[in-house]
Amino acid sequence: MKFYGTTLSSPLMLGTAQYPSPEILASAVKAAQAGVITVSLRRESAGQKAGQAFWSLIRELEVPVLPNTAGCHTVKEAVTTAHMAREVFETDWVKLEVIGEADTLQPDVFGLVEAARILTSEGFKVFPYTTEDLVVAEKLLAAGCEVLMPWGAPIGSGKGLNNVFGLRALRAHFPDVPLVVDAGIGVPSHAAQAMELGYDAVLINTAVAKAGDPVAMARAFSLAVEAGALAYQADPMAERDMAAPSTPLLGKPVLA
Amino acid sequence: MNILVNDEAREVSASTLAALVDELGLKGARIATAVDGDFVPASRRSHLAIAEGMKIEIVAPMQGG
Repeated sequence: MKFYGTTLSSPLMLGTAQYPSPEILASAVKAAQAGVITVSLRRESAGQKAGQAFWSLIRELEVPVLPNTAGCHTVKEAVTTAHMAREVFETDWVKLEVIGEADTLQPDVFGLVEAARILTSEGFKVFPYTTEDLVVAEKLLAAGCEVLMPWGAPIGSGKGLNNVFGLRALRAHFPDVPLVVDAGIGVPSHAAQAMELGYDAVLINTAVAKAGDPVAMARAFSLAVEAGALAYQADPMAERDMAAPSTPLLGKPVLA
Repeated sequence: MNILVNDEAREVSASTLAALVDELGLKGARIATAVDGDFVPASRRSHLAIAEGMKIEIVAPMQGG
């Protein structure tokens, strides 16, 4: 699957926040074999210049970057942040977040659609962080988005895929749209499950960064994503409610 | 001139945004700027005159999810 015409080297998108150190971040990105890394923008202090050091680090990783508009609660903030990100990171890709609610960090889907419409008209390639709502998905596509990124569960919660039915319905409704589960994935089995549903990628941050051993966890996610994608291609068996013996009964000796 | 840079009160001598970036030691740095909530591209910084009370934001790459 292509994302705005680009084939990624891996369906694992990895966030760069919350790692114990820049070295561990770099090692985790390599261990994950991440196809994309997400980045952000924050105020630069004249004295510290932390952003310049981070910029050098991500340049050395040579992985495509996807800047986000994390923390933006209004359309104006998100659009302005996207403009600043395009200049700083030299990419027209943007992971568009318009947050509507503080406890769940649930997207404000109304603001999201409006911001997406503005940004796509300005040439941005928008990756909208959305819910699994089909109607919102339709409106995002009509607004010019060519990728959808529904949440699995609230950001940083690690709860996995809260609404498997909804995610499956989204996949079925939009067979040709690249779909990414973004947010809420806690362990590699959640990522494998998303790929088994036919999702094209997963975006993970906290689950790797906050693991006891982020580098080992990055590798675990890489394997899980590969396994899940392969399983989807292999066409999983149909689930059923009753048992069915896998060992043939024919030829069984009568011993009773 | 008294302005706010990243919400911090500063007295600066720069007359343009480009000069301000220079004065703050960020010339050539990987940054983006906004003035009073509006994005100002790097190419327009030298045309933007600093005025009393302006709210200027200067951002740079940072870790994100």
